[in-house]
Amino acid sequence: MELLVASAIGILTAAGIYLVLRLRSFPVIIGMSLLTYAVNVFLFASGRLTVGAPPILGDAATYTDPLPQALVLTAIVISFGMTAVVVMIALGAYLGADDDHVDDQAPPEADLKAEDAT
Amino acid sequence: MTHWIIAPVVLPALLAPFIVLAARYHIGIQRVFSVAGVLSLIAIAAGLAWQASDGTIILYQLSDWAAPFGIVLVGDRLSTLMILLTAVLALFVILYAIGSGWDKRGWHFHALFQFQLMGIMGAFLTGDVFNLFVFFEVLLIASYGLMIHGGGNLRLRAGVQYVLFNLLGSTLFLFALGAIYAETGTLNMADLAQRVALIDPAESVGIRIASVMLLLVFAIKAAVVPLHFWLPSSYAEAPAPVAALFAIMTKVGAYAIIRVYTMVFAPDLDVTAGLHGLWLLPAALVSLALGMIGVLAARKLDRLVAFAVIGSMGMVMISISLFTQAGIAAALYYIVHSTLAAAALFLISDLVRAGRAHLNLTAAPPVSGAALTAALFFVAAIAMTGLPPLSGFIGKLMILDAAFGTPLAVWTWAIILSASLISVVGFARAGSVLFWKASAEPLPEEEGQLPVPRPSILSYSAVGGLLALLILHTVFAGPAYRYADATAKQLFDPVPYISKVLGTPGKLSTPKEGH
Repeated sequence: MELLVASAIGILTAAGIYLVLRLRSFPVIIGMSLLTYAVNVFLFASGRLTVGAPPILGDAATYTDPLPQALVLTAIVISFGMTAVVVMIALGAYLGADDDHVDDQAPPEADLKAEDAT
Repeated sequence: MTHWIIAPVVLPALLAPFIVLAARYHIGIQRVFSVAGVLSLIAIAAGLAWQASDGTIILYQLSDWAAPFGIVLVGDRLSTLMILLTAVLALFVILYAIGSGWDKRGWHFHALFQFQLMGIMGAFLTGDVFNLFVFFEVLLIASYGLMIHGGGNLRLRAGVQYVLFNLLGSTLFLFALGAIYAETGTLNMADLAQRVALIDPAESVGIRIASVMLLLVFAIKAAVVPLHFWLPSSYAEAPAPVAALFAIMTKVGAYAIIRVYTMVFAPDLDVTAGLHGLWLLPAALVSLALGMIGVLAARKLDRLVAFAVIGSMGMVMISISLFTQAGIAAALYYIVHSTLAAAALFLISDLVRAGRAHLNLTAAPPVSGAALTAALFFVAAIAMTGLPPLSGFIGKLMILDAAFGTPLAVWTWAIILSASLISVVGFARAGSVLFWKASAEPLPEEEGQLPVPRPSILSYSAVGGLLALLILHTVFAGPAYRYADATAKQLFDPVPYISKVLGTPGKLSTPKEGH
């Protein structure tokens, strides 16, 4: 199981980084969400992997460390919200400029002046 | 247990939704509440700083849960100093935003501003690294909103880069936290400090990787070269008051480095020895050089200021990366100075924009009221480049003095001094093109164009207030340095901090077996 989880994290991270290095906003956003999946699984695994045990300190003989689960819950919520924000801003930038390149394209001089005037 | 220390987090957190819900369509009421909130933040922060100034460590256990299990807020000299700086900066920024009408150019400026303050205050006060992450996200999500406040294509495009880069930073932060938790089983900073010291140096691979990842995250926030490239576009395109507030956000990164790398991964610790000393100082030197060369090369005033911010962060990081008491003390003095100076410069660049059609560094016909703006720019530029008599010069002297005798002292001195020269040339060029060459240009011919609105008195007084604070920081350099030195001393003696955080009783402080 360790091998499975570790390689899943590795593949997700590699694919995420590859996509983040693309130039258009859609692949970059998909890459970001792959990276956040990877980090969530990684956090989940940081408290050691235990099968079939409850994440509660109770009468059970064995238990899973509950803290990483709490961390993952927080991280999932935050990364979900962040992804929503970046989708909205990227959509706004795309609709405004009619192209979805992530990097700075050199704007024509006239555009620069018009933008400053606002 | 006093409850005041949670007030800097709770007050903006309550005020922001109140502003959205109750005063949505009344900009006047929003302004009143926003300014009142910031004023009370200053009072609270000043009170806390006064309480912590004798070396007391203020501890707040949320819901009375004891430290390694519960969430704690901790106020020592360093964190109360930083929240006081934030609150004071916020007051002038919000006055400028009101005076210049920036807060009317989009929705919810004041609410986002309060959320931003909440995140910054929380990041300075929290006592464990996971909450540091959470407060980073709070301040970032508010900064995304503020960054694209007012709209515009260039701003949105710069916003996308800013958000994506910070998201990558957050992901790396979580990876680092996961690795730290896997190695130590705790995320409380005081607890970490104890447990990291117990790790066997032979089994230190995991914690060393985690330590470097964490340092990279903070270096991204602090815009240290080569992780700086998100900063110029985003700070230059952000609305000027927002960029001025962002001047404190790079310092959050510097604060986190000081906090974690003096307490948890202390410089004399065997497990993580030789990890950051090797490359942090050279990276900081390159940041300083690159920032100041950027100042010389910039073609627009707002870019110039953004590069000056990178340069000044390089200066702060040089001083931090010495990891000596004198170095940290000089860094703290310089952090206060460079925050105020950078904020003033961003606001001045907006004053310049108010009179000219654009911020390009080309000669343009003179406008009314340029003399006062020019005078303010002159003072702020002296402060930023570190010429005498202002606090930039004193701070630079302290850093040079702290670097004296270290192995890289020759390089440090050479780069700091030549970078100062370059930045003086860059600012002198910008100032002379913007303000002196203006009178050589003919006045515009046609009379039909609209009269340029002059910035209001409130805008000028906000900038003037920041510069007055800089002058005070210079005049009272002696007491300020003694305070910074006492703070650095407290940082290098973390035992009272650790025993206060872990020793204070609360729920679960003596966990019983079998429960």
